[in-house]
Amino acid sequence: MSAVSKGRMIGVDVGGTFTDVFVLNEADGTAAVAKVPTTRPDQSGGFLDGIRREVADLSEISVVVHGTTAGTNALLERKGAKTGVICTEGLRDVLEMRRRDRPRTWGLRGDFEPVVDRRNRLEVPERTLASGDIRTPVDLEAVRNAAQQLMEDGCAAVSILFANAYANPENEAHAVAAVREIWPNPHVSASSEILPEIREFERFSTTALNAYLQPEVSGYLGRLEAALKKGGFDGEFMIVQSNGGVMAVDTACRLPVRTALSGPAAGVIAAAYIASTAGFDNVITGDMGGTSFDVSLISEGKSMLSPQTAIDFGMVVRAPMIEITTIGAGGGSIAWVDKGGLLNIGPESAGSDPGPVAYGLGNDRPTVTDANVVLGRIDPENPIGGKLERLDVEAAKKAIDVHVGQPLGLDTLAAAEAILKVANSRMAGAIRLVSIERGFDPKRFAFMPFGGGGALHAGAMLAEVGIASAIVPRYPGVTSAMGCVIADMRQDFVQTVNTLVSTLDEAALAQFMQDHTDGGMALLDAARTTFEAREVGFELDMAYVGQTHTVSVPLSVEVKDGKVTLPTKAEVEAAFDTAYQATFGRLLKNGTRRIINLRSAVTGKRPKFDLSTLAPTSTVAVSPKATRAVHFGTEWHETAIYDRLNLPVGTIINGPAILEQPDTTVLIEPGLKGRVDDFGNTIIEPAKDTA
Amino acid sequence: MSTEAKPQIDPITLSVLSGRMEQIADEMDATLFRAAFNPIIAEAHDASHGLYHAVSGDTLVQGKSGLPIFVGVMSFAVQAVIEKAAADGDLADGDIYIFNDAHIGGTHLSDMRLVRPYFRDGKLFCYLASVGHWHDVGGNVPGNYNPAATEVFQEAFVLPPVKLASAGKTNQDIIDILLRNTRLPQSAMGDLNGQMGALDLGIRRMDELLDEYGAETVSGALEALGHRAEALMRSELEGLPDGRWEAEDFLDNDGIVDEPLKIKVALEIKDDTMTLDFTGSAPQCAGPVNIALPTTVATAYVAIKHIFPSLPANAGVMRPINVVVPEGSLLSAEFPAPTGGYTETILRMIDVVFCAFAGAAPDRVVANAYGTINALSIAGKRSNGQPWVMFSFYGGGHGGSPESDGLNHGNAPISTATIPPMEILEAAYPVMFRQWALRPDSAGTGAHRGGVGATYEIEVLEKNGAEAFLFGERGRFAPKGIAGGGDAAMNVFHFEQDDGWDSPPLASKMRGIKLKQGQAVRLETPGGGGYGATADRAASAIARDVARGLMTDTKADETYGTAWREADQ
Repeated sequence: MSAVSKGRMIGVDVGGTFTDVFVLNEADGTAAVAKVPTTRPDQSGGFLDGIRREVADLSEISVVVHGTTAGTNALLERKGAKTGVICTEGLRDVLEMRRRDRPRTWGLRGDFEPVVDRRNRLEVPERTLASGDIRTPVDLEAVRNAAQQLMEDGCAAVSILFANAYANPENEAHAVAAVREIWPNPHVSASSEILPEIREFERFSTTALNAYLQPEVSGYLGRLEAALKKGGFDGEFMIVQSNGGVMAVDTACRLPVRTALSGPAAGVIAAAYIASTAGFDNVITGDMGGTSFDVSLISEGKSMLSPQTAIDFGMVVRAPMIEITTIGAGGGSIAWVDKGGLLNIGPESAGSDPGPVAYGLGNDRPTVTDANVVLGRIDPENPIGGKLERLDVEAAKKAIDVHVGQPLGLDTLAAAEAILKVANSRMAGAIRLVSIERGFDPKRFAFMPFGGGGALHAGAMLAEVGIASAIVPRYPGVTSAMGCVIADMRQDFVQTVNTLVSTLDEAALAQFMQDHTDGGMALLDAARTTFEAREVGFELDMAYVGQTHTVSVPLSVEVKDGKVTLPTKAEVEAAFDTAYQATFGRLLKNGTRRIINLRSAVTGKRPKFDLSTLAPTSTVAVSPKATRAVHFGTEWHETAIYDRLNLPVGTIINGPAILEQPDTTVLIEPGLKGRVDDFGNTIIEPAKDTA
Repeated sequence: MSTEAKPQIDPITLSVLSGRMEQIADEMDATLFRAAFNPIIAEAHDASHGLYHAVSGDTLVQGKSGLPIFVGVMSFAVQAVIEKAAADGDLADGDIYIFNDAHIGGTHLSDMRLVRPYFRDGKLFCYLASVGHWHDVGGNVPGNYNPAATEVFQEAFVLPPVKLASAGKTNQDIIDILLRNTRLPQSAMGDLNGQMGALDLGIRRMDELLDEYGAETVSGALEALGHRAEALMRSELEGLPDGRWEAEDFLDNDGIVDEPLKIKVALEIKDDTMTLDFTGSAPQCAGPVNIALPTTVATAYVAIKHIFPSLPANAGVMRPINVVVPEGSLLSAEFPAPTGGYTETILRMIDVVFCAFAGAAPDRVVANAYGTINALSIAGKRSNGQPWVMFSFYGGGHGGSPESDGLNHGNAPISTATIPPMEILEAAYPVMFRQWALRPDSAGTGAHRGGVGATYEIEVLEKNGAEAFLFGERGRFAPKGIAGGGDAAMNVFHFEQDDGWDSPPLASKMRGIKLKQGQAVRLETPGGGGYGATADRAASAIARDVARGLMTDTKADETYGTAWREADQ
């Protein structure tokens, strides 16, 4: 960080229960972590409290990077601003009609309320055709009247949504300029500014959700920034995007929809960095929370991005997001036997409140965590998180007996083992599916559990999926906060081109690339952080004519001194053939190649810190602090319990063993061993492989 | 699965295997969706994959993302292949059968079925099958929705079960015949490749599964899953009152003769069994709204699974259920009766089953959805002579439910297909949508009103003009409300001519409408029926619908009285 003097870099992840803070001292490379309760409704209390635990003087801080769930929660809880829409005549219901889907395949139940009420979706005369030709120029008087009406109705944000604006943004540009002249705040956007990409529902939805979030998220971030400044902070404040890159806080206020998966994305970024530093470029992460198990795949050090995500039914955000597959198998997922005699886990969950039966907070149906408690894998005397004094093992046993043991004719322990077996099988299924769907063999990957409960199930994933090793990060509970400090700065751009390769106007394509590059570089220049390197990547969405699913075609185009070199048709064709062959294993004879979209990503590489500074410094061998009976398979094993954070580098512990730290329990099953690597990670692998 | 039953299997292994096998079918679905060329498969997911019993052809496991109607119908395709293979006596590892004959495999001729035996240690273990809706399979009308067909031969070419591959060697002769009989050979070849790829993947996954668990365990699990499905169905039925309930409804016409066609069901529940008796339904008709017996049985399954959504996709579900279909009826049509419009007939079957079931347990069902697939195609030639066909299905309202109003603009209960984006259609074809909107006053009234239907108005931009074809329904008989709810608005179709707007004499079906540049068609689709007594609707909900323009104030006054005018929204 040379723009500001060397100080502390702070990563903050605000979760539902805890606010995690990761502090990197740039001067000596040391790091510290803090975990404090999240404060509500104003999260800035916990945010600052957490930082102050480690840094008394906020003026020593150079950068604060925040992974936030403010946007996600506002979407899920429908707590965004009252929003208006001004749209093309005849099309005001696109947001409500969606793509003619339904919430669930079977049952035909459920309805849908879009975030913008029909009363606040107003039509104006205007029409652009798919060719980009303007059939009806926009009636600006009607636009102003509509804006006036929305203001009077109390709308705090407005979006302009016009048909085919991806092909020609002129009508939208005139309309948005007219509205900006009279609108009392900056929350005015046009669909072609947010996402100049074909497909009206996806573009309108993304733009409208962005507008819906603008007042809420910019208010929240503004409050945080003000609180930081009041405390003497004078550095850069940045936000993690769903694509795993960070952006400046003013970009986040303009494009809050890009924060929809901010927190989880930061976790995956940290996982990728930790894994590749430890020598694992291919890793599948598994974040086990109270209600879900979130899986993400990292190949050759790169996480997968999905082009669009539905935050909830009908709430589609089209922006690159780190691909995270979620199944309903978390610690709080309820185990039940259906009328056909089959044992099921979830999707119903006791979450963290009331939580598992063992919490004693009112739930009486057994959960995955209850099975772990009954089998001795979780210490009932020292529950994680510090919220509870102790766990009620007897209540957990009884619930398992009543709801699983008796219906299946199993004793308590066999029933608890059965719950874990079915839960592990579902988690393993998710791991298999995310890898296989993308054409990867899961056996080539390492598994990295993070979150509170994942490390209890690492051994099972090795056995079920045939994975060779698991890597448990030194601080699995603060991975997202660490990811904030690691993430690069990144901006994504898209432009629909919609042309055959044979009729491609190379200069026009190069101009789009240049515009994207200039826009991205300007954002990097504006940041007060400096970068070790800058990268520009281009991809084309392409297909054969007649095919609807596109293939992402990476285009290697040189950018010299900020200037994009002209791509040739031959280069585009060759790149397509390579990508298509790799995806489908064959090319289509006589197929006509078509380009649909250009996607560009401009990345500023931030300096990385040395993970070995997190490694344990002690070299004194540690003996178990206690032993406990833990049930594996059909019998109890007296199992050694270690304080994980005190184990020196190079320690090898043979299973069965349990490594405990304040927010995580690591289980090493019989037949496996755990090794502390140079960075303090625990590598779990079969005991027989090495000496 | 092997022929000897091995029903003993521990419940934990069963849970695990059940998930693994569902995953195999899901992966086969995903493989085809990704590779398919035609948007009906790639985008609308009009396809399905599964595992089927080696002897009976019964459905064992089916993918979750495929088209709902296929969940019941695929076992008939497998049975047809089992019969063919038995007759020829030459079933071998590496064979793939292919056919589209709807009279033995169900649905319609557009659905191409591939069936492949899976052998383990030289013994037949089970069948894998793949079905997908091809873009064009010949016949009189591009896209194969020909409302004027009186024989299957006018709808498409008919392929009986034949070997596409023998013992691992693909038969190029069959592929040559297929590709010579479609207007879109490239699309057909792409889809065929995708389906073969999905079957290859299924075989590999089954090999892995059996390597891991052994054939005996897997076969035991498959047997046990059937028992479990049956037990689940029986326990649901036991919880319902015994009795007999009837319902009937009508199709507008068959596209040839302008007479309504009755669809009737008597639903009887006794202990843990149920009978669905369709006696009294109209006889086989001239036009393409006939359906073959396999389709009828499969549709009964779809209706039941909508009522009991947690039931598995397994033939065991149907063991306690007796489906009675009279001979000679349009629900058991004989070859070569045309079946291209099967979607309309099965939607009506689902409607009458829901209405009858409402007598037994009104809280278990929803009111009727919009009830027509509305297959609309607009076709022509561009100035450069290139032909174009825009073919799509259009959405409507879902029925009100015990919990909420119906969904506005949903997809058909037999499908999970999404509609292509307007901008994709406008970019691909010379048309412009003047309107793509919700249709006010189209919902059935009720304590929970139905979902609202849609209005699509599509103008032709091509200077050569175009021709339009519509295959719809519900032009004369409205989607029904239940539990006291009102009926929805009917389907309305108009087309622009030199002297103004016109409508088709058969209400919901029309072929070869000539449109000039600048002229349009307008399709106004039905909403869903209402749930619960109209008088029970909250005044605030009525006021909100009026304020949102989903209902006009005059219509609100007519149906609900004027008390809503005093209510807060």
